[in-house]
Amino acid sequence: MEIFLIALFVLAVGGATALACSFNARLASWMGAGSAVIGCTLGLIPAVRSLTTEPLTWHSAWPLPYCSFSLKIDALAGFFLIVILGLSLLGALYGGEYLYGYARQRKLGTPWLSFNFLIIGMALTVAADNGLLFLLAWEVMTLSSFLLVIFEHEQAEVRSAGLTYLIAAHIGVAFLILVFLLLSEHASGSMDFAYFLQIHDLQSKTAGIIFFFSIIGFGTKAGFMPFHVWLPDAHPAAPSHVSAIMSGVMIKTGIYGILRILTFLGPPPPWWGGLLVNVGVVSGVLGVWFALAQHDLKRLLAYHSVENIGIIAMGLGIGLLGISYHLPTIAVLGLAGGLLHVMNHAIFKGLLFLGAGAVLQATHTREMDHLGGVGKKMPLTSVVFLIGAVAICGLPPLNGFISEFFIYWASFLGTMQFADSRIIFALAIIVALALIGGLAVACFSKAFSIVFLGEPRNQEHQHIHDPGVAMTIAMVFLAAMCFLVSILVLYCGLPLLGQTIHIVSKLELQQIEYQLAAIVPPLKGLFLISSVVLLSTTFLMLWRKYLLNKRQVGKAVTWDCGYLAPNARMQYTSSSYAQPLVDLNCYILRTRKDVQKPDGYFPQTARFLSHTLDTAMQKLYRPMFEVIARLFNKLMWLQHGYLHIYMLYLVITLLSLFVFYLGIK
Amino acid sequence: MTWHWSSLSVVLAALLLSPLLLGIIPRVKAWFAGRQGQPLFQVYYDLAKLLGKGAVYSTTTTWVFRLGPLLSLSTIAASLLLLPMLEFPATLQFSGDFLLFVYLFAMARFFAILTAMDTGSSFEGMGASREAIFATLTEPALFLSLATLLKHNGTMSLSEVFLSAAPLTGTTMILIAFVLLIVLLAENCRVPVDDPTTHLELTMIHEVMVLDNSGPDLAFITYTASLKLWITSNILAQLLVAPFPEHGALLRPLLAFTTMVLLAMLVGVIESTIARLRLIYVPKLLVGASMLALLGFTIAR
Repeated sequence: MEIFLIALFVLAVGGATALACSFNARLASWMGAGSAVIGCTLGLIPAVRSLTTEPLTWHSAWPLPYCSFSLKIDALAGFFLIVILGLSLLGALYGGEYLYGYARQRKLGTPWLSFNFLIIGMALTVAADNGLLFLLAWEVMTLSSFLLVIFEHEQAEVRSAGLTYLIAAHIGVAFLILVFLLLSEHASGSMDFAYFLQIHDLQSKTAGIIFFFSIIGFGTKAGFMPFHVWLPDAHPAAPSHVSAIMSGVMIKTGIYGILRILTFLGPPPPWWGGLLVNVGVVSGVLGVWFALAQHDLKRLLAYHSVENIGIIAMGLGIGLLGISYHLPTIAVLGLAGGLLHVMNHAIFKGLLFLGAGAVLQATHTREMDHLGGVGKKMPLTSVVFLIGAVAICGLPPLNGFISEFFIYWASFLGTMQFADSRIIFALAIIVALALIGGLAVACFSKAFSIVFLGEPRNQEHQHIHDPGVAMTIAMVFLAAMCFLVSILVLYCGLPLLGQTIHIVSKLELQQIEYQLAAIVPPLKGLFLISSVVLLSTTFLMLWRKYLLNKRQVGKAVTWDCGYLAPNARMQYTSSSYAQPLVDLNCYILRTRKDVQKPDGYFPQTARFLSHTLDTAMQKLYRPMFEVIARLFNKLMWLQHGYLHIYMLYLVITLLSLFVFYLGIK
Repeated sequence: MTWHWSSLSVVLAALLLSPLLLGIIPRVKAWFAGRQGQPLFQVYYDLAKLLGKGAVYSTTTTWVFRLGPLLSLSTIAASLLLLPMLEFPATLQFSGDFLLFVYLFAMARFFAILTAMDTGSSFEGMGASREAIFATLTEPALFLSLATLLKHNGTMSLSEVFLSAAPLTGTTMILIAFVLLIVLLAENCRVPVDDPTTHLELTMIHEVMVLDNSGPDLAFITYTASLKLWITSNILAQLLVAPFPEHGALLRPLLAFTTMVLLAMLVGVIESTIARLRLIYVPKLLVGASMLALLGFTIAR
């Protein structure tokens, strides 16, 4: 445990040093990135150890009321810590080079300080063993990521994104405070998780309220629809390595929070699992559909986070249903799928954001319709991005397929084993996953091909090139992980997931081991089929080479239907590619189109603009906040700028508090 | 995980005979039109001719364009190993094999789309976009049909679905068979979803995606298409033949082969008698198929 504290200390000191070194960008980068890499590596040691041994704990008193500096890394915390610190390590490595690209425009001290504190915040959130400490760490995480979101604060949309994020995060926290207060009321007034665990007399109604609030509170961070509105604005605004960490791991602390709260609440009634499945299906399907409609590469990836959080929620939901109905196979497979998807999503989404960052750094645009043909100039980036795309679509043999496989399996078993009408949940997951699968293929074939394939749509992008060593290492490592997770699950699946599932589901460890063993034959089958595919592709490649040897292999322009002057702007764009699928769901997506059709015999101008705003933001939150703003405007007479009257307010408040205090005495 | 080496004979049959199945359809259409039509083995001749040719590659394309056709063919061919044939269980059988089976198809499609998009042509982009939307809508129908079959038999493996003592019969079977027929037409880009024989790039889906492929690559793509037709019609044929009583190890598989030929002829009849749907109506057909599959699932026991 001491190692963990040392790791946090290294991160804090490194961040502070980076701030002190603001005057020299190179020094600040080295300090920030270096300390983050060292800190994360150190932190990974206790995290990995906690998966197999007894929980690691640390306790020291703290003068704050209700609070104690208690840390506990059990398997559940350890699993999330591995994901958080692992991706943060690579993010820091990548960021060291990436942020340095901004060195001429701004000082790098503050971003590195915030970055290191973001890692500290996430690690402490997961390791906290006390409610108040948890909330404090949560706040550190929120504020430091907010500072990173407004990195380019001179742009108006970045500031607005930051503001949306800050407001959403704090509405979420409001619900979390309620959750912890309700829990502590039943734990003899203590905020320690150890006391929460001993709660036995919780009424089902109270437990339900706590669960519901934690879905809202943690769901806001995780990005469940319709609490996701901050996500598509904030992720693109942040620097790319921060987007990777926010999207890959920070939103997962919401999932962690839900799981942690579940351990306090006793056996879940069926509606909890059902609620999670519903939330998951809505987030999953709509998330990917909104993603499809985007033409900003990082915004597209941000909506995909909503989708993947949905998939995670589906897995956890079907797992909870399995627990409620005492069907251990479904419980174990569902939870395993959800947890594994937490890790997998961190890997491939991290990879995709880092890839998008490399493109952004080279071309200075996130607008897909201004890109094209990037693959020829940046071959390595295009390969790793393709690997990430295949993984996020859940295509075999990469890691996305493995976790979706678990969830599918649990749901198909659900269609056979659930009683009567409860089948609907299992069926909804199957249909949603199938639909998501198809939509994700559409979306990532679009993202990859519009950006990396075809001809460059902008002639200025002639001299772009792959990023440097540090960024490349981070991306290649994550791409390799996409392949290796299946092997990891096959050989270390039980130590990786067994204890964690045990903590959440309270099933016997032997039982879990027995259920998890069922996944071995399909995984081996997957390996065999993948090797067959690999072998036959190699064979076909050699055969084609042999066939074409000594024959004429010509080069020509793409078939243009006889039109003599094709240019790069005639290529299919991301908007045109997605249009049929987007129009299919026009009631929810509400894509705005601004069309000026070519007119007359010799048309001079024509233009077409399409823009898909977030419907929840436009139709739900904006009207709501407008009403609130109107109400607050009525209080404007209180604010008039006379300092002495403001001081009078203070005096009146103090006096009334004093009277109130005397009154209850 | 179990190996069934004897089933390799079924895989071999698929690899050898699938172009024949693809050749039946134009023959039936010719018969309908009062022409004599091309030889039954025309697809073999085409393949041989294409394999003997050189190739032309667009200067826009990258390694993705070269890899795509190979990878698509390999994945579809590999999925044959997971496909049972009644008394012959799949060569490689394990719980949940059907998921891998469906996702191998998705993998092949993903790379087919990328291959098309790599040319930078708006025609090919258009085809790829349509392929993506129709595949998205076909997938739930396929999964719901599979869920019905698996639930009815209480199994998680494709090989056991058609072997059980009480195969799916009656209304449910008819519903699922109809859904699978639509899946077959959509997956293979046949009328009423797509018209493989049209001359106009604007109206095609699959054929327009391969406009820029030539030589051996085009041969691989054609062969992939024939394997896809084989696999999709195979599943439907098994569903239809499964209720027949077992009689030796070979009778029902042979019956299923005959059914596949009949299905290919049925596709020819459909293509001759009805017109291609307007593009905006195709989603309705596919969503309708999903709804029918859902109905089938609800009434299945």
